[in-house]
Amino acid sequence: MLAMLLRRLGLGAITVWLVSIIIFVGVEMLPGDTCTAFLEREAQGKLLENCREDLGLNRSALVRYADWAGSAVRGDLGVSANGQKQISELVGYRLRNTLLLASGAMLVGIPLALFLGVVAALWRDKLVDIVVSTTAIFAMTIPEFVSATLLILVFSVWLGWVPGIVLTSADAPLIEFFPEVLLPIAVLTLVMTAHILRTVRSSVIETLASDYAQMATLKGVPYWQIVFRHILPNALLPTINVVALTIAWLLGGVVVIETVFNYPGLGRMMIDSISDRDLPVTQAIALIIASVYVVVNLAADILTMLANPRLRTVHMRKG
Amino acid sequence: MTVTTSYRRPGRLARFGTLISDIVARPSGAIGLTLVLGHLLLAFIGPFIVPYDFTEMNSGLMLSKPSAAHWLGADHLGRDTLTRTLLGGREAILVTGIATPLAVLWGGLVGIFFGLAGGRVDEVLMRVVDAFLSLPWILKMLVLIVTFGTGIEVLIPTLAFFYGIPVIRIARAATHDVVARDFVQAARARGHSRGTIIRRELLPNVRDALLVEGAMRWSWMLLAFSSLSFLGFGVSPPTPDWGLMIADARGFMSFSPLGVLAPMVGLSSLIIGINLTADALAKALGIDRAQKAPV
Repeated sequence: MLAMLLRRLGLGAITVWLVSIIIFVGVEMLPGDTCTAFLEREAQGKLLENCREDLGLNRSALVRYADWAGSAVRGDLGVSANGQKQISELVGYRLRNTLLLASGAMLVGIPLALFLGVVAALWRDKLVDIVVSTTAIFAMTIPEFVSATLLILVFSVWLGWVPGIVLTSADAPLIEFFPEVLLPIAVLTLVMTAHILRTVRSSVIETLASDYAQMATLKGVPYWQIVFRHILPNALLPTINVVALTIAWLLGGVVVIETVFNYPGLGRMMIDSISDRDLPVTQAIALIIASVYVVVNLAADILTMLANPRLRTVHMRKG
Repeated sequence: MTVTTSYRRPGRLARFGTLISDIVARPSGAIGLTLVLGHLLLAFIGPFIVPYDFTEMNSGLMLSKPSAAHWLGADHLGRDTLTRTLLGGREAILVTGIATPLAVLWGGLVGIFFGLAGGRVDEVLMRVVDAFLSLPWILKMLVLIVTFGTGIEVLIPTLAFFYGIPVIRIARAATHDVVARDFVQAARARGHSRGTIIRRELLPNVRDALLVEGAMRWSWMLLAFSSLSFLGFGVSPPTPDWGLMIADARGFMSFSPLGVLAPMVGLSSLIIGINLTADALAKALGIDRAQKAPV
C-alpha cells in the first residue's frame, strides 16, 4: 500500500517534471523573448543587450531552465515581462477567482450529476432517462462558448435576471463577484454535470448486470436494498477518477468561458499573456494548471485505492 | 481438390453496408448520420445554392430583421446571415476533415507500435503522453498558432499532432487487449510471422476502436477549431465561420439575436450529429465508449 502510494507520487512528480520541460521548450519556440516583449519597439542594440544581460537571457537554455525550474519549486515564479511585477502576486488573485468558479460548479455539479446519473440508469430507456441522456449529450458536445452565449442571450439579454458580463476587477473581495459569477458557474456546471452523469449512468447499468446484483435479486432482496447496499457503492467508485479528470479538464476548458464572460481568472490571463508574449506569465500559468491536473488525478487515485479494498493489496492496475 | 465452405466472408462493400444499416437501425444513429451527411453535402454545394455573396456588404441592411429577401436578416456589416451561416462550416469541415484522419493515423501507428514493443520504452512514452495530456488543449494549440500563424497550413498539422496524442493511448490499450486474446495465440501457434499476425489479426481488431475514436476526435477537433475561431485565433475574416460569426454578432445580440442563433444551430447540429453517429457506431461495433473522459 505504502509502496504503491510512493510509486504513484513518484510518477506524478515525473509527469510534472516532463511538463515543465515541454512548457519550457514550447515557450522557447515562440519568436522573441521577454526582453523584446518588454521593450517593444525599442528592442534593439544596447538596450536589448542590457535587458538580456539583466535578466540573464544570454545564458544557455539549459542553465535558464535549471534556474526557472529551481525557483518554481521554491514558489518563485519570476517576474512578468509587462510591468515587471512578481508573477506569484499577479497569479494569486486570478487563481482564487478561477477556483471560485470551479468550486461553485463542483458544488452544484457533482451532486447533481450523481443524482441524475443514478436516476437515468435505474429507469433506463424510460422517459426520464431519455430526457436526461439527450440533454447531457447536448450539454457536453456543444462548445462552451455557444452554451455561454445562449445563456447570456436568454437570462441576461431577454429576461434580465443576471448580468451577462463580469466587470469586477481581479483583486476585489469574493463577495463582489455575485451575482456576476452565477452565469459562468452555470455554464461550467452544465458541461461538467453532463460528463460525470454519463459515466455514472453507464457504471450503474454495468453494476446492475453484475453477477452479485443478479444473485441478490434471485435471493429476493428488496430492490431498493440492492440499489443502496450493492449497486451504488460499487458503481460510484470508478466515477471518482472521472470526476478528477473532469475537474482537471475544467481548469483548462474554463479559458473559453472566462473569455466569454470577461471573467478575471487564470484562463483569461493565460490567453492575454500569450497574445502579449508575456512569456514568464504563460510559463507560470501552464505549470500551475498542469500541476493541478496531476495533483487532482493523484488524489483521485489515492481516494480510489482507499475506498477499494482490492486495489489496496493487489498489484497496481495497469496505467 | 475442391474446397467447399458453407460460409463466405462478406466482401468489403457488404460489410460496410451492414455497418451503415446497423448505425441507422437506431433512431439516434439515423438522425446523427443524416445531420453529418447533410452538413457534408452542404459544404460541397453551399457556394452554388446561397442567395448572396458572403462578402457583399449593404449598409442599408445593417442588423436588419428577417425579411422576404433576407430570411435571417443581416449582420452588423449588412451581410446576409443565411448565406454566411450556410457557408460557415466549410472551413471547419475542411480543416478537421483532413486533420482527423491524420491524427488517427499517426496516433494509431505509434500506439500499436509501442503497445507491441512494451517494456521500458513503452513506459517512458506513456509518461510523455501523460505530460502532454495534462496541459490544457488551448494552451498547446495557442503556442503553436501564435508562433506559426493562423492559416490552414498551420491549423491542420497542429490539430493533427495534438489530437493524435490521446489516440496513442487508445491504440495502445486496444493492442494490449487484442494481444492477450486466444486468436492471436492461435496464430502464433500456427507459426504465422509477426508481420502476418499484425496485419491479419491485430489491425482489423484495433481498427474498430480507432474508428470510434476517430469519430470522437473529429467532434473534439471541431469544438477546438470553432473555439479558436471564436477567440480570434482561427480563420481570418471575411471567411464565414460559425465560431467567428458568433464572436462578431455577440455584441449585437440584443438587436439581432438571429445573428448568434443561426451559426449556433449550424455548429451545434454538426457536432451533435457527429456524436450521435459515433455513439451508434460504437454500439454497432460493440465498443463501449461511455467511460470516455473529456480529455
